[in-house]
Amino acid sequence: MKTLEAQRDRAIQAWHELENNARPLIYVGAGSCGLAAGAAEVIEAIAGYLAEKRIGADILKVGCIGPCYLEPLVDVQMPGNPRISYANVTPGLVRELLDSFFEKGDVYQHHLVGHFGQNGFKGAPKFFEHAMLARQVRVVLRNCGVIDPDNVDHYLARDGYRAFEKCLSMRWNDVLDAIKNSGIRGRGGAGFPTWRKWLVCRDTESDTRYLICNADEGDPGAFMNRSLIEGDPHSVLEGMLIAAYTIGASEGFVYIRAEYPLAIERLRSAIARMRELGLLGNRILGSDFSFDIKIKEGAGAFVCGEETALIASIEGRRGMPRTRPPFPAVEGLWGRPTIINNVETLGTLPNIIRNGAEWYSQFGTETSKGTKTFSLVGKVRRTGLIEVPLGTTLRTVIYDVGGGSVKGFKAVQTGGPSGGCLGEEFLDSPIDYEALAAVGSIMGSGGLIVLDKNTCIVDTAKYFLNFTQAESCGKCVPCRVGTRHLVGILERISQGNGEISDLAKLERLALTIKGGALCGLGQTAPNPVLTSLKYFRGEFLAHIIDKRCPAAVCRDLVHYRIIKDKCTGCQRCVKVCPTGAITGPRSEAHNLDMSKCIKCRSCYEICRFDAIAGDAIVIESGA
Amino acid sequence: MASHLFPEVVEDFEGHPPDLVPVLQRVQATYGYLSQESVSHISRWLRISENEIYGVATFFAQFRFTQPGEHVIKVCLGTACHVKGGEQILDVLQRRLDVQPGGATADGKYQLERVACLGCCALAPVLAIDEKIYGETSVLRVHRMLEERENREDA
Repeated sequence: MKTLEAQRDRAIQAWHELENNARPLIYVGAGSCGLAAGAAEVIEAIAGYLAEKRIGADILKVGCIGPCYLEPLVDVQMPGNPRISYANVTPGLVRELLDSFFEKGDVYQHHLVGHFGQNGFKGAPKFFEHAMLARQVRVVLRNCGVIDPDNVDHYLARDGYRAFEKCLSMRWNDVLDAIKNSGIRGRGGAGFPTWRKWLVCRDTESDTRYLICNADEGDPGAFMNRSLIEGDPHSVLEGMLIAAYTIGASEGFVYIRAEYPLAIERLRSAIARMRELGLLGNRILGSDFSFDIKIKEGAGAFVCGEETALIASIEGRRGMPRTRPPFPAVEGLWGRPTIINNVETLGTLPNIIRNGAEWYSQFGTETSKGTKTFSLVGKVRRTGLIEVPLGTTLRTVIYDVGGGSVKGFKAVQTGGPSGGCLGEEFLDSPIDYEALAAVGSIMGSGGLIVLDKNTCIVDTAKYFLNFTQAESCGKCVPCRVGTRHLVGILERISQGNGEISDLAKLERLALTIKGGALCGLGQTAPNPVLTSLKYFRGEFLAHIIDKRCPAAVCRDLVHYRIIKDKCTGCQRCVKVCPTGAITGPRSEAHNLDMSKCIKCRSCYEICRFDAIAGDAIVIESGA
Repeated sequence: MASHLFPEVVEDFEGHPPDLVPVLQRVQATYGYLSQESVSHISRWLRISENEIYGVATFFAQFRFTQPGEHVIKVCLGTACHVKGGEQILDVLQRRLDVQPGGATADGKYQLERVACLGCCALAPVLAIDEKIYGETSVLRVHRMLEERENREDA
């Protein structure tokens, strides 16, 4: 059998040279989030600076290391020094930052996040001791932000494809045992033990078996899979090799959303590298195992995250689910046994094989083993992608990792449109499959959206139901018609036209949909309504009885007001108002005519950010 | 054979019915949208009825049936963007450009789209103009972005 040893040795040597760099090295976080924050312009500014000063330095584009709120992140590693990370670097800051290193020979002190060294370095904090990172355990994310995702040698140097090579020397059932002993369960949300699904597939007689990597990350507010693929695509692809070897699949697909163009590009390039290394195709590395991978771009349908809908869509049909059984593991793509695993599940597998099942199962709880990535977003100070052991409490994640909410924590939405809103009283719940299900939510694929006192619970429930209603495939009545009526009732309430009896109607309808819908989308769609009704009933009542939105969000229940004593008459709001609702001469308090106001928020924002007064315009609800 | 009408599309496919979605994606990427004419060509090429093609194409949010505007503005309405005011950003764009989501402006310059999630939730609210994603937008920033673009065009 062939091995990758020679290639890996070269890669390790190159990696050591990179770590003990002779030339200055500049890392830039260039995942989608980094680019959205302006990383491309920063890279341009850095390249311009280096060219102008004729400095020989390398720029390395890496994936997202997690604290997206600090993007664009730029790290400078001078020869002999550890890598030092800087946050929120703008093109305008580049000169000052680099001058400090290249002209003065100093460590730049502003925007400093931390250094990556083992020991202390000139009093600078350590990167991984930063408040957002200190509580994290990086297993699946170990390479994200560390390696160049387009460079397979970086992956090889960090023990890449070692796990797969190890599998080739094992029997398939020994690999299965290792996965079984690790305790890993599906990371897409359902939490089904990975090994059990695999065994069903392997035990089904067939000439062909298929493996599908589900990268149709459809939960709005979740981006764990995007980040992992963008930052370390080979870990997911190696996981696919391990899974395919174990279940005996000969063909694999990555089903990925078209909304993730950068991730698709990274996958394409990674698959091409695999082919060059002989990791795809016939008789891989001289073994009996043959396997190939194709990319299938999703065309924008949330329901295609559901296994049978996903399969229908690959087959070229409308992405509508069907009843199960037969489960795809028995009868899936083109009628053959098919395993569909989530991106994160697959990305974790190499770590389990390499370090052993026992090592992996030390993390997590009795029934939920390992670590899990979450996208921590919404009204929380430190937003980004995190990885923590299962069983970590919501409080630790939201307060220690996320830094809490500026305007006061109200609730956290777990599990996306299939999950629920949990308030203060649940902060000490551990995050695992069982604990969150017990209180009416789900852990789901890993979206954690924090809501603060300025977020309306009724509006949030309405948002989720609008989403599931729009994404319902229309095949079964409970989901198609039921979600529509849920939206109708929630709309009525948010407009101040609700009645007390609506709450009972909501509950009854929600339970009917839960019990009657065909697939997971419909069965879980009512969860946001049910949990918010249960835990935040008071807010519904405020909308119904007082016709008031306590968070001042629901448009029909709020009005805008100018505080006369604060208004300096700077006229900025007058200029920005699209309907001429605000009038008033310069230097005198302005007037707001509510009959003309369309509540577009323009005046509110301009007053806060540009005007002299800053807080003269308020949005209020109730008399 | 109708296939010669799509030389750049045809060569990459085997022409089997399961190619339908990737073919539709490629045709849209090449021509901007799925015209009646192209659907009827695909129908003859893949031997799938037009009826069925429309059934599949209208199921997925990605496909368009009218000529899109020159620049596509996608407003993200994922959960994080929603709680941080994404709807109002869509509103402002709708009003300023005088266009509904899914439609193009009268001058054909812009196409306005709402998307479920761009996956940059940590920088919410987010919008994308063509391939470029803008994080931490606001009603105000949107006004300014449009003004800047208008000024650039006037200059």
